[in-house]
Parts: sequence; structure tokens; C-alpha cells
Amino acid sequence: MADTTVEVERVSKKFRRGELHDSLRDLVPALVRRAVRREPQPELAAREFWALHDVSFAVSRGEALGVVGGNGAGKSTLLKLLGGILRPTRGAVRIHGRLSALIEVSAGFHPDLTGRENVFLYGTILGMSREDIRRRFDAIVAFSGLEEFMDTPVKRYSSGMFARLGFSVAAHVDPDVLLVDEVLSVGDLVFQRRCTERMREVIRQGTTVVFVSHNLRAVSDLCSRALLLDHGRVTAAGEPDRVVEAYLVDSLAGRHDVDGRDAYIARVAVRGADGSRTVFQSGERAWVDVDVTARTACDRLSVTLYLQDGNALGVFDTSTQRLGLDPIRLAAGETFHCSVQLDLHLAPGTFHVGAALIRYDVQREYDRWFPAASLVVATDRDVRGIANLHPRVVAFAPGPAPAPSSRP
Amino acid sequence: MSQPVQFRRGVRRWWDLVEMLAWRDIQIKYKQSVMGFLWAILMPALVVGAGVAVQYGLGWYAGRRVDVQNLAAVAVKSVPWAFFVASLRFATNSLIANRELVTKVYLPREVFPVAAVLSQFADFAVASAVMIVVLAFAGIGASPALAWVPVLVLGLVVLCLGLGMFLSAAALFFRDVKYLVDVVITFAVFFTPVFYPVEIFGRHAATAMLNPVAPLLVGLADAVVGRRAPDAAWTAYALGVAAACCAGGVLAFRRLEPWFAERI
Repeated sequence: MADTTVEVERVSKKFRRGELHDSLRDLVPALVRRAVRREPQPELAAREFWALHDVSFAVSRGEALGVVGGNGAGKSTLLKLLGGILRPTRGAVRIHGRLSALIEVSAGFHPDLTGRENVFLYGTILGMSREDIRRRFDAIVAFSGLEEFMDTPVKRYSSGMFARLGFSVAAHVDPDVLLVDEVLSVGDLVFQRRCTERMREVIRQGTTVVFVSHNLRAVSDLCSRALLLDHGRVTAAGEPDRVVEAYLVDSLAGRHDVDGRDAYIARVAVRGADGSRTVFQSGERAWVDVDVTARTACDRLSVTLYLQDGNALGVFDTSTQRLGLDPIRLAAGETFHCSVQLDLHLAPGTFHVGAALIRYDVQREYDRWFPAASLVVATDRDVRGIANLHPRVVAFAPGPAPAPSSRP
Repeated sequence: MSQPVQFRRGVRRWWDLVEMLAWRDIQIKYKQSVMGFLWAILMPALVVGAGVAVQYGLGWYAGRRVDVQNLAAVAVKSVPWAFFVASLRFATNSLIANRELVTKVYLPREVFPVAAVLSQFADFAVASAVMIVVLAFAGIGASPALAWVPVLVLGLVVLCLGLGMFLSAAALFFRDVKYLVDVVITFAVFFTPVFYPVEIFGRHAATAMLNPVAPLLVGLADAVVGRRAPDAAWTAYALGVAAACCAGGVLAFRRLEPWFAERI
């Protein structure tokens, strides 16, 4: 297919834990051992493991593929294989067109050089010709917002400034394929916003983007397809929202220890009107089900439910007691369930649901489970922050505002 | 895109990188130093000074007069020697020193040792320019034999590139190489005819000339100070070794490159 720019075919990559022999003293015995021992080697020798195992996918022109997964899932290895930095143990990686990578923004910077000098250095490293850089220099500097610091050595920069300049250079290379590794999280909010915008523009211009991130909202927002990696294998692929959901479900399952508790939260689930799911439109209605089990008789229990955003900021908090419901009384072995309906007037983002089982009068916490579930909120309108106040512009015209009495 | 265009672009990119990295190394070397670029002149001047001092000392001890010719020969040999030593040291470390780039961004990795040699060559060029002025004042005039100088210098550069490529790759896998290179280079000045004429090795002179740097240095002294063409056989030998080193270095580098990022 002419339109395919990135092809990954049954790629596997093997790594070894621990030290390799790093000096001649270690190497010689190892070589002798290898020469003497003639038995066939097993597929995975001791201490070896698959960082990626049998991964295949293809990305077409103008498509943005998001790659999500926990630490050590193989995301960076995948990017390095795509970038040609590592070679696959098995399988093939084919890139059609010019490739550039936005991996660790400032690897190419030298602290002793000035901002201006580093722009040229890093631009060249990323594959721009000198004329390209000269032509785009002003755009790069304007994008970084560091006009006054161009003649200062970058060792005097703050880490934010450093990263901003790095991203600005990288954002102005135009390759056919762009690899992006968790770089949208640099700089302040304004700069992050500018980066996201720039990414969108790059994708619109027909660049193929492979995007690795822990920022699940960015993946949902920017990517047209996503891939979930788990211990080197692809465990989900397709629609970004679905993949993000699968990731959240995967990564949060089974982290809750209920041993030795008199009463515990047995289940927390988020669902929409049409059943279990984790991606919601802002303003949509969701239900959180909480099941409680008592091992011994307990009295005056209440269920607390709360929401935090990705930065651990408390967004919402409530409890059955505060909502005026009766305290829960349970005999040994009894179960109880409640279901709380929430209207998610939230700005887009990932939110984590926590639940606790508390007896308030004696301040006893029987159980707490966080994050017990997660949900992703998406919007069609671009609003930021935590809450979605559903903005609607009702006046938008030149001239002074009319007298207050005439306003609706 | 047609093949030639792509190829030209590739070469262009490759050279841009080499230039940029060499320029970076030159810049860094003289940043935040009071003397700045003067060091490029001062360092080789010190090496030449050391050579001249040794000559003087020996001459005095042996009771013979030290003539300008001898001193000029020492100067002509010690400047390229300083280049050779610095290039090898620098090139050997070039991949390790650029670890961030080797593991994070894809570049044709040969650019690192090549840029290392190039950046040292810039210093060499500056020192040579100064030396030419000094030699002119000392009464060492031009002669047709000077036509050999570019050939011999090219041989030296090619030798540095070949060794640099090989050693940089080797040092990436085994840090021992770095120390071995340091030690060998430190002692090499004793068995290379830099501060002495090769005749000082007596009947071992031919053995000393097996070191490919020796014929190149001796040849340079012959061409510049002696105003005669260098010995054809030894020059051919040295150029041959340099070419072989370069070819071997490139091949070894190419073979090892796929493992650079994970073994560094």
C-alpha cells in the first residue's frame, strides 16, 4: 500500500538483565565458555527477556497512532526500534519517508552553548539543513517564547526553558514520520497548549505520528488509533477511547488488599446508561456502583465516594451520610450495595474514582480503595480546567455592551 | 524521489552533521576560558617548545651545536604529532561522550569519530599557519618538495580516521580501550621519531619506521626542512597502512553499529 508510512512486522526485541561483560577481563572467560559449550542455545538464555514480542502494526500517512502502557511495557523500546536506534531481534521495521524523533527533547543540547547555537546544533541533529534552520529560526524562537535568552548559554536556563527550546526546534522539523515520546508535558500550561496545537497541525499536514504518552487525554484527543502494550505484547488496538479504557481497566485491576478487614469494599464499577464503560462525554450521566461486604458485625457505616484528577487534585467528594442516607448496619457475612448517580460536568481529562468505608462517629476507616476505577471525560468543545461550566457565548459583536437592563 | 537526489541529500546531511559536531567541539573547548582561541596556538607551541628544549638539552650534553635545521625539523614533526595524539584521544571517547545522542536519536554514527578528528584538525590548521610564519622567519624557504605536504597530511588524517573509528567503537564496548589508548599514546612519543631524527634508533631505525606515523612525520620534515622528496618506499608503506586502517575501521564500525545503543 502506497499510503503506509510505518510498517512493523512481527517485531521482537530481546534484552538482558544485569551487567554485560564490560571489560576484557570478563570477556575472555565468556568467549572461552561460548567456544567450549556446543549445545544448542535456548531461545531465551538466562537473564534474557522479551522487551517486545511479536508486535505488528502499520500506520498510514496523516494517521496518529497512540501507544499506551505501563512502565516497562516496551513503549520506548518500540520507539527506538522505529527510530532505527535499536535493531529488532526478529521481524522487520520499515519506514517510508523522512523520519524524525522527538525523543527526550534536549539530548542534543550542549549546556555551554548559547540558545542560538543550540538551535542550530539540535536542528542539524534532528535532520534539518542549515538553510532550513536559518529560514525557520525566527519561528522557532517565537514558538519557544525565549527571544531575550537566545544569547545566554543554556546551562543558565531553567529546566522549563531548556525543554521549551528543545521542543520548539523539534516541532519545526517537518518529517514524513514523527515519533513523539512523552514530551507534551514540558513547560507551563500555555506552552503545553501550544505544543498540543502544533501536534494537531503537524498531523493535519499529513505527517504520520507515533505518539507515546502517559497523558491519556492527549492520546484520546490527538490520535486516530491507539495500541496498548503490556510486557512487550500488544493487548489492545484500535479506537483510542477503547484502548485507553482497556489500559485503565488493566492497570487498576487487583490492587486492593482486603485481608484482615472487618468490612471491605468488594467492588467499585463505573457505568453509563448503556452499561459498563469508562469514557464519557462531559455532562453525561454516570453511575458508580459500590459493593460492601462485612466479615464481622458493623454498625453506622457510610460509603464515601470521591474523584481526583490526574494530578491528584480532589475534584469531588461525597458520602452516603452527607447525602442524608441512613447509616449502614451489617451482620457478619452480610453484603450491601449502593449506586451513586453523577452528572459529569467535568472538563476533559482522566479522573480516578476512590471509595472508602467509614464510621464517622468513632472516626474509623474500615476500608479505602483508590484508585478503584478511572474514567476519561471527553468534550466536543475545547474547555480546560477541572469543571465544565458549559460555556455559551451569547453576545459577540463590535461596540460597547448594551445597557444591563436589556441583557437577557 | 530519485536515487541520486536521495543520495546527495544523505551526503549533505552527513556532512552537515560532521561540521556541526566539530564546530560544537571547537566552541566548547574555548568557551569560558580567558585565553579562548589562543589555546589553539599555545598548546602546539608548548609541544614544539618541549621538543626544542629536548633538542637543546641533548645537543648541549653531546657537545654539538644545535642548528636551526634540527629545531625546525622538530617543530615540523611535533605539530602533526600533537594532532595525531589529540585526534586519537578525542575520537576514542567520541561515542561514549555522546551517549545521549547515540541512544536517543538516530544519526549515522560515523559522524562522531569523524567530527572528533575534524575538530582537532581545525586546531592543527591554526597551529600550522603559525608555524609557517615562524619557519619563514627562520629562513626555511619554499621548495618544490612542499608539494608532498598535502599528501602526507592527508595520509595522517586518513590514519586518524581509521584508528578513530575502530577505537571509538571498541571503547564503546570495552572501557579498557580508553585507558589502553592513553597509555600507548603517552609512551608512543618515545618510539616515534618526533623529538629526534629516526637515525637515533640506530640499527632499529627500520623497525621504528614500521610505525605508520613515523614515515609520515619524517617525510614531512624531509619535505619542509630538508627540501627533498620523502623516501618513496616508506611513504608508500605509510599511505598503504593508513588506507588499510581506514577501510578496516569503517568496516568494523559498520559491523558493530547495530549494537551501539544497547551496549554503550
